[in-house]
Amino acid sequence: MLHEIGLALLRIIVVFGVALLFVAYLTYLERKIIGHMQVRMGPMRVGPHGLLQPIADGLKLFFKEDIVPYEAYKLTFYVAPLICLVCALVLFAVIPVSKSFMITRINIGLLYVLSIASVGVLGIILAGWASGSKYSLLGGLRSAAQMFSYEIFLGFSLMGPLMIAGSLDLAKIVEVQKVPMLIYQPVAFVIYIIAALGEINRVPFDLPEAESELVAGFHTEYSGMKFAYFFLAEYANMLVVSAIATIVFLAGWKGPFLPGWVWFLIKLFAFVYFFIWVRATFPRYRYDQFMQIGWKIMLPIVLANIVVTGIVMMLI
Amino acid sequence: MAEEKDRKVKAEPAKEAVEEKEEAVDFDQFVEVRKIKERFPEAIEDLKYFRGELTIRVKKDFLIDVCKLLRDDEDTRYNFLTEVIGVHYPDREKPFEVVYHLYSVPFAKRVRLKVWLAEDEEVESVCCVWDSANWYERETYDMFGIRFANHPDLRRILLPEDWEGFPLRKDYPLEGPPGYREKWLKEHLPNYNKL
Amino acid sequence: MAVKDEKQFKELFAKGTSLGKVEEDVMREAFKTQDLWVNMGPQHPSTHGVLRLILALQGERIVDMEVVIGYLHRGTEKLGEFKTYHQFIPLTDRLDYIAANAMNHGYVVAVEKLAEIEVPERAEYIRVLMAELSRISSHLLWLATHALDIGAMTVFLYCFREREMILDLFEMATGGRLTTTYFRIGGVADDLPEGFIDKCKEFCEIFPERVKDYDDLLYKNRIWLSRTVNIAKISAEKGLSLGLSGPSIRGSGVNWDLRRSNPYSVYDKLDFEVAVFDGCDVYARYLVRRKEMLESCKIVKQCLEWLEKNPGPVRAKVPKVFKPPVGEVYAAVEAPKGELGYYIVSDGSTRPYRIKIRAPSFANLMSLPEMCKGHLVADVIAAIGSIDIVLGEVDR
Repeated sequence: MLHEIGLALLRIIVVFGVALLFVAYLTYLERKIIGHMQVRMGPMRVGPHGLLQPIADGLKLFFKEDIVPYEAYKLTFYVAPLICLVCALVLFAVIPVSKSFMITRINIGLLYVLSIASVGVLGIILAGWASGSKYSLLGGLRSAAQMFSYEIFLGFSLMGPLMIAGSLDLAKIVEVQKVPMLIYQPVAFVIYIIAALGEINRVPFDLPEAESELVAGFHTEYSGMKFAYFFLAEYANMLVVSAIATIVFLAGWKGPFLPGWVWFLIKLFAFVYFFIWVRATFPRYRYDQFMQIGWKIMLPIVLANIVVTGIVMMLI
Repeated sequence: MAEEKDRKVKAEPAKEAVEEKEEAVDFDQFVEVRKIKERFPEAIEDLKYFRGELTIRVKKDFLIDVCKLLRDDEDTRYNFLTEVIGVHYPDREKPFEVVYHLYSVPFAKRVRLKVWLAEDEEVESVCCVWDSANWYERETYDMFGIRFANHPDLRRILLPEDWEGFPLRKDYPLEGPPGYREKWLKEHLPNYNKL
Repeated sequence: MAVKDEKQFKELFAKGTSLGKVEEDVMREAFKTQDLWVNMGPQHPSTHGVLRLILALQGERIVDMEVVIGYLHRGTEKLGEFKTYHQFIPLTDRLDYIAANAMNHGYVVAVEKLAEIEVPERAEYIRVLMAELSRISSHLLWLATHALDIGAMTVFLYCFREREMILDLFEMATGGRLTTTYFRIGGVADDLPEGFIDKCKEFCEIFPERVKDYDDLLYKNRIWLSRTVNIAKISAEKGLSLGLSGPSIRGSGVNWDLRRSNPYSVYDKLDFEVAVFDGCDVYARYLVRRKEMLESCKIVKQCLEWLEKNPGPVRAKVPKVFKPPVGEVYAAVEAPKGELGYYIVSDGSTRPYRIKIRAPSFANLMSLPEMCKGHLVADVIAAIGSIDIVLGEVDR
C-alpha cells in the first residue's frame, strides 16, 4: 500500500516536474522558432543561446508587483488563474507517455481530458469578468463563446477515432492502432487540429487575447505570478492538445527502433512545432468569421464524418 | 515649375516684379471669376493673382453660395476642400481672415477663397458643402476663436476642452500667458510637482 | 459599471452634439440593453500612437464612434511664426516622422514658390530620390503595423528588415535615420556621398523580390482577404467630401496623384504609374500601397541613373538672412499619406507671418467614423491601419 502510494507520488513528481519544465521551455522554443522564421535570433542573452531565458522570465514574473485593480472582484480575480492552471496541469495525469509510464490509467481517460478542459474555460471567463475592465470583459465573452463551441467540434472530431478504437481509455486507444488512426480518419484529424487551435487560443484563432484589439483580452489586468499562471496554463494546454493528437491519431508511443517515450516526444513536438509555425504564418480571424467557420463548416463536416465512419464500420 | 531649368542658379528673389505682375492680370480669364460674377455680381470683394494662385475674397454672406457654385458647376467642380485656415491681422479693422483652399480633382487646379471677419463676427460653416470642413473649422476655432455658424459640433479639437485663450492669435505669447501652464498642470495633474 | 461610465461620458461629452443620438430600438428597450462604451486609447497597442477612440458597442458591433485627438499637439504652427524660414525645416521632420523627407519636401517647395528660387536640377533629383525612399519606408512601416494589427506577425519583421536598409541609406546621406532634415531651401544639404548610389541600386534590386515575400504571406491569404475585403468601405464621393487623399482615396478608384496631376519637382520627367484600385475597402488600399512601393522603387532607379550621369551643384545660393517677398502661397506635395500642403503667409520679414500645415493624416482620420460604423471592433483596427495615420502629423 505504502509502496504503491510512494510510487504514485514519484510518478506525479516526475510527470509534473517534467511537464512544468517542458511548459517553461516551450516558451523558449516558441520564441526561438518564431525568431528564426522571422529572420532574427530570438532570445540570446541569458545563458548560451538564451537557454536560461525561461528561468529568468519566471524569476521576473515571480518578483513583479502584484497589481489588483480597484474595480476587480478580489476573490474571483485571485481564483481564476488558479482554475486555469490547475485544470491544465491535472490533464497530464492521464497522458500515457509510454506503454508503462503514466500517472494513472483510467478507463474514461479521454472523457476526463475533455471535461476538465472545459472547466478550464471557466477560469478564463471568470478572469475576464472579475478584472472589472471592459477589454477583459470582451475578451472573456469572446473566449466563452469560442471555447464552448470549439469544444464541441473537438469532442466530435474525436468521436470517429473513438468508434474505431472502441474505448475511451487513452492507453487502449494507442494499443488498438496497428497503423496510425490518421490513415482511417484524415477528416477528423484536420478538424481536430483546427478545433485545437481554437481551443488553446492560438493564431489564427487567438481572439480572446487579440493583442491589437483587446490589448491582452482576459488577462489585461493581470500581472506578476497570476499572469504567469495564465501563461503556463496556455502552454500546458498546448502540450496536452498535442499529446491527445499524438495518442489518438499518430499511435502514441508506437514506433520502430526507438524507445516509446522518445517516439511520443517526437510526435508531440511535431505538433507543437506545427502550432508555432501557424502562429508565424497567419493573420487573425475576426470573431464572427471564426464562429461561422465553426458552426457552418466544421460542424456539418464533423457530423458527416461520424455518420460515414458508423456506416463503414457496420458494413465491414 | 519652369520647364527648362538652367543649371545656372538664380538666387535673388525678384521683389519688384511682383507688383507689376499683379496689375497685368486680367481676372476674367479665370472661369471661377466669370462664373461668380455671373451668378453673384456683388459677391467678390477683391481678386489677387500671385505665384500662379488665384485668390478670391468674397463677402461673408455669399460664402456658402459661392462654395456651392464652385463645387457643383460643370466647369469648376471644386469637389475637394483642402483646408480651412485662420490668419490673424491685429492691425486691420477686420482682424480675422478665413482662408479656404479648394481643389478640383477633375481639373487638377486650385483656388483660394477668403473671408474677412471682425472680432465678433461669425461666418457660416461650409460643413454643408464639404463634410471635411468639420474638423478644419474646429481647428480654426480652437486656434483663433473664430466662430462658425451652424457648425454641427464646434468644440476644441487639438487643445484640451478647458483651455483658455486662442494660441495662434498674434497677441498670444509663444509659451502661453505667464503662469498659465503651471496653473493648468496643477489643476489637472496635482501630483505633477516637478515643474 | 457600464452605467457609471456612460453617465460620466455623457457628462463630459454631451455638451457637444457630435454623438449622433443612438436610435431607440424597440427590441433594445424591451430587453433593457445598453451600449457599452469602450475607451480605445490613447494608450492602446494598435491606435498607432496617442489616438483615442470612444466606441459605443452593442456586443462587438460599433454603433457610434468619436475620435479624440490632440494628445501630441506641439504647437508647430505657432512655433513656426517664431523661427526663421531655415529654422523651420527641422520642425517639419517631426510631423510625419516616418517619412521626414516628404515633410521637408513640401515645405521647401512652398518656400521656393514664395521666393521664386530656382533649384538646381540635380538637387531636384536627389529630393525626389529621397522622397520616394521615404515613401517606400513609410509604406513598409504601414504594411508592417497593419499586418501586425490583423495578427500577421512575420510580415512585420520582414518589412522592418527592408526598412532598415532604407534607414541605412538615409544615415549614409544625411547622418540621421528618422528625422533627417536633409532638404534646404534652394536644394539639399549636401551631395550624395560616395557609394550611396551603388548601395541604393542594390536595394532596388532586392526590394521587388522581397515584396514577393510579403505577397506570399498576405496577397492571397484567405484570412487576410476575409479580414480586409469589404471592410471599412468608403465611396469616392464621400471620401473626397471627407477630405480623404493620397493612397486612401486611390483605393476608392479616384485617379488623383499630385505627382501626376500637378507635377512638382521633376516628377513630370519620370516614368511611373499611379496605383488606383476601386475596391473602396481595406484590401484595395493595401493593393494601392503595395503597388506604390514598387512604383517608387522604379522612380528611385530612374533617379539613380540620372544622378550617375549628371554631376552638378545641389544647392542654390540662398542668403542666410532670407527675406521672401510679401505674399502668400500654398504648395502641396504627394506625401506617403496623402496631400501635404504648406500655406505660408509672408510679411517680408525673416520669419513667416503664418504657416499652416495641411497634414494628410489629420484629414484622413476624419473619415474613420464613416468607415467603421456598423462594423466590429476588430474592423476598427483594420480601418485605422488602412488609412495610415501618424499622430505626429495629426496633432502637429
